[in-house]
Amino acid sequence: MIRKGVSEIPAPEFEVAVTTLTKPLSECKVAIVTTAGLRHNGDVKLWFDETFTVLPNDARDLQLSHFSPNFDRAGLTQDLNVAYPADRLDEMAADGTIGGVATNHLSFMGAQIGDFSTITHDTGPAAAQMLIDDGVDVVIFTPV
Amino acid sequence: MSVLSHIFEAAGLVTVGISIVRGQAETARPPRMLHCEFPLGRPLGKPDDAEFQRRVLTAMLELTSRDDVPVLVDFPEVIEEEGDAPAACPLPPRIDSDLHPALDELNGLRGAYDRNVSAVGRTLLGRVAGPDELGGLIEQLIRIDEENATLADLGWDAMHAISVGQDLRAYYEEAGMQLATNTGARQLLTWFYESTQTGNLLRRVRDKLKETGEDQMASTYLIPGTQS
Repeated sequence: MIRKGVSEIPAPEFEVAVTTLTKPLSECKVAIVTTAGLRHNGDVKLWFDETFTVLPNDARDLQLSHFSPNFDRAGLTQDLNVAYPADRLDEMAADGTIGGVATNHLSFMGAQIGDFSTITHDTGPAAAQMLIDDGVDVVIFTPV
Repeated sequence: MSVLSHIFEAAGLVTVGISIVRGQAETARPPRMLHCEFPLGRPLGKPDDAEFQRRVLTAMLELTSRDDVPVLVDFPEVIEEEGDAPAACPLPPRIDSDLHPALDELNGLRGAYDRNVSAVGRTLLGRVAGPDELGGLIEQLIRIDEENATLADLGWDAMHAISVGQDLRAYYEEAGMQLATNTGARQLLTWFYESTQTGNLLRRVRDKLKETGEDQMASTYLIPGTQS
């Protein structure tokens, strides 16, 4: 029922851009951008807008601030990596699968309904630039 | 997430995402997506299974070499939701018959909640209350249920009401993790809303909010839409 409802939400149309990987993964810095609405530093208020927050790579004291009750939360309570695989990326960097892990990952609130004008023109480009400035090559997006 | 993928890729980053609702990925056409038929809330599939999570990540990273976008590939392993079968989780016996059953139940689960916090090292509780304040929140919900109080009477807005619901759910689910033998996807959720006094109290409050039409957002998001 929830999947059906989500799949019927209209999506804005974008021209599909492509950036080509120019070096092996073993030389790439990787960042996570989650739409699970994760926060840290004790900021636990529910969140319902198009802003984002920064999650330092070494932070694990994360809180789930997503407004939606419609997904399983027990898995995330048990193991953050089930939606935010920071430990797995650290391991992949340590064994040389990837070149490194971003200094900071980013968190947005998913399941937004609206015109996405703030994300499109303001917070989205600003977030991307923040990762580029950190030398990030590859971004993995995780929902919840 | 699809919108962000388009923006980040256009900015010069190579992106790949996990899709958990295939129809949405087909409509939004982000550059590279790995569709994972996993329960909502578990996009990497299995908690405490590093090997499985790593297989998902490896499949994602393999897609980064593709520039024939949009690319939507199915991860070969499927994990079914298990929410139809609630967690087999014992409820505490009635201890203080002078208390409302939800308050008595809340008190009876405190030991299990505390054990889980010690075992896991963190809690999702704390949006508007810690464990010691939850009883006061339940007393307010009882006013809606039994005295037809409104959210305005309690001084609550929609976000506060939703936060109360999430804090109570977190407390129960985390206590349940110490008590249940099966904690698959959505099983603790189903147990909480269908088997416990507080879960059923929240369901009745949601129904009251729907009936009165006081706040559509609160009635929509107080409990999962799958709970009739």
